[in-house]
Amino acid sequence: MNIVVCVKQVPDTATERKLRSDDKTLDRDAADGVINELCEYAVEEALLLKEAHGGEVTVLTMGPDKASDTIRKALAMGADKAVHLVDDALHGSDALGTSHAMAQALKKIGFDLVILGSESTDARTGVLAAMLAERLGVPQLTFAKKVEVDGSSIAVQRVTDYGYDKVEATLPAVVSVVEKINEPRYPSFKGIMAAKKKPVEKLGVADAGIDASQVGLANSWSEVVDFAAAPPRAAGTIVKDEGDGGVKAAEFLASKKFV
Amino acid sequence: MSEVLVLVEHVEGQIKKVTLELLTLARKLGAPSAVWTGPGYSAEAKAKLAEHGAEKIYVADSADITDYVVAPKVDLLAQLVSSASPAAVLVAATAEAKEIAGRLAVRTDSGVLTDVVGIEEGLVADQSIFGGGVNVRARVTKGLPIIAVRPNASPVEAAAGAGAEEQVSVAVSEASKAARVVERVKEEKGARPELTEAAIVVSGGRGVGSAENFSLIEKLADSLGAAVGASRAATDAGWYPHQFQVGQTGKTVSPQLYIAAGISGAIQHRAGMQTAKTIVAVNKDPEAPIFELADFGVVGDLNQVVPQLTEEIAKRK
Repeated sequence: MNIVVCVKQVPDTATERKLRSDDKTLDRDAADGVINELCEYAVEEALLLKEAHGGEVTVLTMGPDKASDTIRKALAMGADKAVHLVDDALHGSDALGTSHAMAQALKKIGFDLVILGSESTDARTGVLAAMLAERLGVPQLTFAKKVEVDGSSIAVQRVTDYGYDKVEATLPAVVSVVEKINEPRYPSFKGIMAAKKKPVEKLGVADAGIDASQVGLANSWSEVVDFAAAPPRAAGTIVKDEGDGGVKAAEFLASKKFV
Repeated sequence: MSEVLVLVEHVEGQIKKVTLELLTLARKLGAPSAVWTGPGYSAEAKAKLAEHGAEKIYVADSADITDYVVAPKVDLLAQLVSSASPAAVLVAATAEAKEIAGRLAVRTDSGVLTDVVGIEEGLVADQSIFGGGVNVRARVTKGLPIIAVRPNASPVEAAAGAGAEEQVSVAVSEASKAARVVERVKEEKGARPELTEAAIVVSGGRGVGSAENFSLIEKLADSLGAAVGASRAATDAGWYPHQFQVGQTGKTVSPQLYIAAGISGAIQHRAGMQTAKTIVAVNKDPEAPIFELADFGVVGDLNQVVPQLTEEIAKRK
């Protein structure tokens, strides 16, 4: 089975995340870049499926040069090779532009299964997997907490507000995963060393067959008008429980008309 | 006045509050047209949509629409976009509706904005990003604005609309039938309000200590008519089901009141709840970062404080 797992480098949530004042895009230099957490679950699921069914796992990322750290992480976990979409023309692409670029790269690579995390911690749009399914014309099996492949059939448990849906389809397909699905492995020392020798192909816009008029900030379908830091919350009242903490909390709720 | 399409969210025919919020918003932007998908449409549903300003109600209530993942709803909306030429499409910023919005954007070559908390004149959307740390104003510049609005972000105001019903038959393409829903498994916990819709959310975290002890959280929630949430630590430990997780990899909630019990308030959790209007925290650790957000905090053992609070609320009723 030919599995492509899409990963994204995001600013570390634990550091201060900012937008750039010049072009209002994510300031990638202000924060440490880390692999998006849910992408680790996607890589793990790809590796588990490969271990069960054979085949190859290719990592695909789109991002600036420094996103190669994220590729190395996925390779160190055990993926076989990688494709890095890197081109200044891609900077500032919105979800539509990104999905176009990724879909073109996926067509070039070829796949039986595409796996992604269900959303990224920076933009949190949660739309990329659905957009890829739309662009590639393949089944959308998203928000999966369980994936089972049997020959050319695939079944997932799709998380819903009330529990989950059992969904079935035929490969090729696009899957996105939630963190309930598995426990991502830590790269071993051997894995880290081996990752250094694994092939990473860099593709620009032209190499991947990407339509330059569909990507980049200037061609986005939306724009940021302006932005500002959210005003800080006013300091609250903190009391120590002296056996009446619950009563005091109830008094506070009553003062706010919640009870 | 142009139509504004509003995708109705309902659970077996019961309309969710967010739909009424969207209709209220849509009235400022044009003539609201509610779009009903799947079985469950009724005279009662029709009345409720009309009472909140729906001038038109497009009804596509065949099971075909909901038997497959997302794509048939995109077929329907794309068909309506083409026939009605709306000024905008509004959906709730739920996981599934965002996916519908995303695919519709690709299909109609339009821009999409997600996690919107308000819409101003000229279809400029307010977004809260980076876990509530930054407020952004954005607008769609190409095609039709497709906007996913967060539940609980805007008020519900009733205003009568004509509610003219129009049955729509949608040709669901073979491609859209590629991912088939074969079974819906319900893991609902009681009759509590839906997490993202609830006016009050009571969440438990690592400090709750066990699955059994979550009954303390549930009892407090029930005394307030609240939804129950859980931190990542609690869902990872298997104490509470995954779909109730609040935070960066779970749900984002903006209730009137958020009560955090035994939750330290790591940045990943704060990302899911810090737009709550009022925050109350109970935690043993006086240094817990949740207290930086709290309007009222109790430093103490939740096993003492939470039952006492529940009891006190019952007394005051």
